[in-house]
Amino acid sequence: MFLVALKGLAGRKLRAVLTAVAIVLGVAMISGTYVLTDTIKAAFSTVFTTVYAKTDAVVTGKVAFGNNANSNNLPPSFSASLLGKVRNLPGVAAADGGIGDLAHLVGRDGKVISGHGAPALAFSVHSGGDQRFNPLTLVSGAWPVGAHEIDIDEHTASTAHYEVGQSIGVIARGPTTKYRIAGIVKIGGVSSLGGATMAIFDFPTAQRIFHKEGKLDSIDIAAANGTSPAQLVSEIKPLLPPTAEVRTAQGQAKQATKDTNGFLSIINDFLLAFGGVALFVGTFVIANTLGITIAQRTRELATLRTLGANRRQVLLSVLLEALVIGIVASITGLFLGLALAKGLNAVFVHFGLNLPQAGTVFKTRTIVVALVVGILVTLLAALRPAIRATRVPPISAVREGAVLPVSRFARFSAQAALLTIGGSVALMLVGLFVSGLSTTQRLLAIGVGAAAVFLGVAMLAKTLVPPLARVLGWPATEIGGAAGELARGNAMRNPQRTASTASALMIGLALVTLVSVLASGLKTTFSDAVNSIFRGDYALTATDNFSPISVASATALKNVPGANVVSGVRAGDGKAFGHRINVTAVSGDIAKVIVVKWQDGSQATPGALRNDGAFVSKDYAKKHHLSVGSPVAVEVPSGKRLHLVLRGIFAPPKGGSPYGDVTISTQRFDAEYQNPQNLYAFVDMAGGVTAANTAKLTKALGNFPDAKIATASQFKKNQESGIDTLLNLLYVLLSLSIVISLFGIVNTLVLTVFERTRELGMLRAIGMTRRQVRRMIRHESIVTALIGAALGIPVGVVLALMVGRAIKYPAFTIPVGTLVVFVIAAILAGLLAAILPARRAGKLNVLQALQYE
Amino acid sequence: MAVREESKDGVAVPANAAVEARDLVRRYGEGSTAVEALRGVDIDVRSGELVAVMGPSGSGKSTLMHILAGLDKPTSGTVKIAGTEITELDDSHLTRLRRKHIGFVFQFFNLLPMLDAEENVLLPLSIAGEKPDKAWLDELLGKMGLDKRRDHRPAELSGGEQQRVAIARSLVSKPTILFADEPTGNLDSKTGGEILDLIRDSVDTYGQTTVMVTHEPRAASTADRILFLADGEIVQELHEGSTAADVLAVMSSLR
Ligand SMILES: Nc1ncnc2c1ncn2[C@@H]1O[C@H](COP(=O)(O)OP(=O)(O)OP(=O)(O)O)[C@@H](O)[C@H]1O
Ligand SMILES: [Mg+2]
Repeated sequence: MFLVALKGLAGRKLRAVLTAVAIVLGVAMISGTYVLTDTIKAAFSTVFTTVYAKTDAVVTGKVAFGNNANSNNLPPSFSASLLGKVRNLPGVAAADGGIGDLAHLVGRDGKVISGHGAPALAFSVHSGGDQRFNPLTLVSGAWPVGAHEIDIDEHTASTAHYEVGQSIGVIARGPTTKYRIAGIVKIGGVSSLGGATMAIFDFPTAQRIFHKEGKLDSIDIAAANGTSPAQLVSEIKPLLPPTAEVRTAQGQAKQATKDTNGFLSIINDFLLAFGGVALFVGTFVIANTLGITIAQRTRELATLRTLGANRRQVLLSVLLEALVIGIVASITGLFLGLALAKGLNAVFVHFGLNLPQAGTVFKTRTIVVALVVGILVTLLAALRPAIRATRVPPISAVREGAVLPVSRFARFSAQAALLTIGGSVALMLVGLFVSGLSTTQRLLAIGVGAAAVFLGVAMLAKTLVPPLARVLGWPATEIGGAAGELARGNAMRNPQRTASTASALMIGLALVTLVSVLASGLKTTFSDAVNSIFRGDYALTATDNFSPISVASATALKNVPGANVVSGVRAGDGKAFGHRINVTAVSGDIAKVIVVKWQDGSQATPGALRNDGAFVSKDYAKKHHLSVGSPVAVEVPSGKRLHLVLRGIFAPPKGGSPYGDVTISTQRFDAEYQNPQNLYAFVDMAGGVTAANTAKLTKALGNFPDAKIATASQFKKNQESGIDTLLNLLYVLLSLSIVISLFGIVNTLVLTVFERTRELGMLRAIGMTRRQVRRMIRHESIVTALIGAALGIPVGVVLALMVGRAIKYPAFTIPVGTLVVFVIAAILAGLLAAILPARRAGKLNVLQALQYE
Repeated sequence: MAVREESKDGVAVPANAAVEARDLVRRYGEGSTAVEALRGVDIDVRSGELVAVMGPSGSGKSTLMHILAGLDKPTSGTVKIAGTEITELDDSHLTRLRRKHIGFVFQFFNLLPMLDAEENVLLPLSIAGEKPDKAWLDELLGKMGLDKRRDHRPAELSGGEQQRVAIARSLVSKPTILFADEPTGNLDSKTGGEILDLIRDSVDTYGQTTVMVTHEPRAASTADRILFLADGEIVQELHEGSTAADVLAVMSSLR
């Protein structure tokens, strides 16, 4: 009996392979995700442990309200006098201070050497002294000595083609300065920290460059014999100022690992979600394929029943078949995941996220999860077809054209579908709108709800297919003539089959539509906001559009002839009312380039902030019950509390606010924040935007390659490019599910061709050409794909409407152009899916086809 | 197991009755479009007997076979196989009954294409989880002339060879009764004749009780008894010793 299942499987290799593809791809996504994130985690962890190998304890600067990995601000420096005090402790054998900051390397072309989103790190080394705490190792050359030397990392040296003795630019606090490369280094045994560029200076040079004379960012400490790291830490603790903290080296490495792991877990979950979607789509493909195969094997199954097979044996034999497919597919997927991990990494690098990689990490967990999930999903998908198989009555062995008995509940299917859709929409609404749920509960409700919506629509699809096929197949009948006519008929012939096939595509298209509609709304509101707020002619931003930039670049623009106003918005972290906030700072002339509506106050308010004034947005004021005159206490990273008075409340446009939670005066900000930076600055030029003005401004920025000048409309586009990048990343990841659903179409068509062998032979015999046969299959494929689009796009729009409402989405715009592109893509997908089946159908030998039994 | 127990407890039946059907009625459809395929058929098949069922197309032969074999249920009436009333049995009991008592030979062979001849023959045993008896298998394959075809797939066999595989398959579990619905219907007359001979031979050699539907007048010389069905009723019965001419005479009278 099981031999029948296994031999049957072996005899239907193509079908088995096509079925397995869905699982292979989904499992590959899962295993690839794990391999990728595990590999990155391991690389980080190696780096951190190597870096602190010879150190027992580390003192670092501390942001008063806790360091934040995602913060724009580095922790504050502390006084260098601490080093002497530490060295005098009895438990300390040795201690050395260091500087750590950010500085871009500038290439020969005068442009910043990009780390693809990875930070541009800067360190100090004690070139003449003891290297015991130095995490770096020289690959060539020597440590940098004096004010004009630098060492750079091996990765940058090799990708940007630099050698010892050559000169390289550095942009830190001021304009670009040239340094001579004294050496090339490695950190923690790896040549690159996720693509981060590294600039290494002699200690006193580093202090000078970063304006940290008399200050330190870190102290590395080795314990005296007999002192444990923990004891060391407790000895040091009492000496520390409030802006510094001490950890054991192990603790420090752990903390660093934890920070990166937190971030990697998000990536991991994010990618796994797409793997989940892919597998979900895969279940449709598998269930459908198995369902068709079983319908085609009705006589065979019935014969087995007449020979004494019981229902359980039939059930088990179908499940066994699925199990074998599941196992083989999962194993294949598992290993394909190793390759996919590289591909995913390439995708991330392409989208500007470059993470360190060491040897590939293939954990047991990866194997177990990938196999278990892959196999379970296959079995789950096979359950329904398997149960259907048990309903094949023995008499079907002798009765021609016997059809499977329909389920008792079949006639309620439309009602059940509507009920499912209703229930799942309700569940989603709960997840989206009901307050007081945890994020996990929310995501679960939304995720399960969305999955159930898809299920419900798939169930309803059976009812919708005939009318849809009639309408969507009309062009086929016009273009394809008799072949098109037959294609439309074929698509409608087995509504359940067409529906299941189209439903798989529906899911991918719905999700793609969802993100595109949301992104389009986001862009529209953002663009409206920019239009209403910004009155300047030019914007000054970082070359990557989002990083903060040195104040010096804005200052440089002030000297350009014709620059009426150059006003920047400073940005930094702070804490107010118990929460971490974004603090921004402006000067009075900002009113000439940024215009907002004021609920309380006026465009004159920014100029009237002076030393203790602040303004906030309408929502923030409402949330914390503030009105003009209310006291506002803001804690800055140094731990100091600024006691401010609210001077104004503005009403930002829906698309986003130009200011942070609390805005203070530039003068106060610069006094309280170490190394103040601009988020952006705006320029009002005499004569507005002209080629001459652009040239003048660009020239003035010559020494600031980390900054760029953009016209207002370019600025808008640049800011939107972030949305586009994310959108494209989502498209790439969702394309996996679409590819899987394509295999679903291929599968159905191949099986259909197989099933209609005799009929095709007859059509050929009465004069249909090969070309017409192929065209017929192609049109059927396109009609199916279009049904998928006709179901998926509306579902996506409705989901977008719901999600948009929930996240208080300001604008709801339907990106008609994009949706038309999706429809065209669906048609192309249909064409693509039809290639193989059409070829097979075309190749049929008429005589054999007629004899086929 | 259960089957055997039931047959012990069952009503007393003639010791040698393999099949005993009473007053079988089978109605297809309802109301004005209803078709009565069988209208009160009684039939007894004794152990070791070869019964042929003949009749014009649409007379209800297949319907009768399906009901006797438990593939279909009668609208009314009873069927006993090896003493067990089967019309009320549920699926799992019917399955067990099939394993032990019923063999089938189909007009279209119904071999499994992915299994070779030997595997096809052994299929009923492997389904029932029984060990094949090697000598018995060899004997069967030898008798069917399939010795050299053991590892051929159905696609590599002629129609006659395929039907021989099917007969071997139906005999392998030594069923109480063998049903064959037009076993020669898909074969040329020479091959069909060989198949009929094989069936007759298995009845003689193994005492295999058999009910067979056929259109071949030669069946007359093969069968122990010929039942003629017309319009869902048994209208005539010929016994051993009748000739093909007798059969033809009855057939033409029914047409
Ligand atoms: N599933 C069914 N539904 C409705 N009517 C049926 C069905 N099966 C058979 N019949 C009808 O029952 C009658 C007897 O059919 P049956 O198949 O038993 O005839 P038969 O004697 O086997 O004919 P043949 O020699 O052509 O095989 C016929 O009138 C047929 O149309
Ligand atoms: Mg018949």
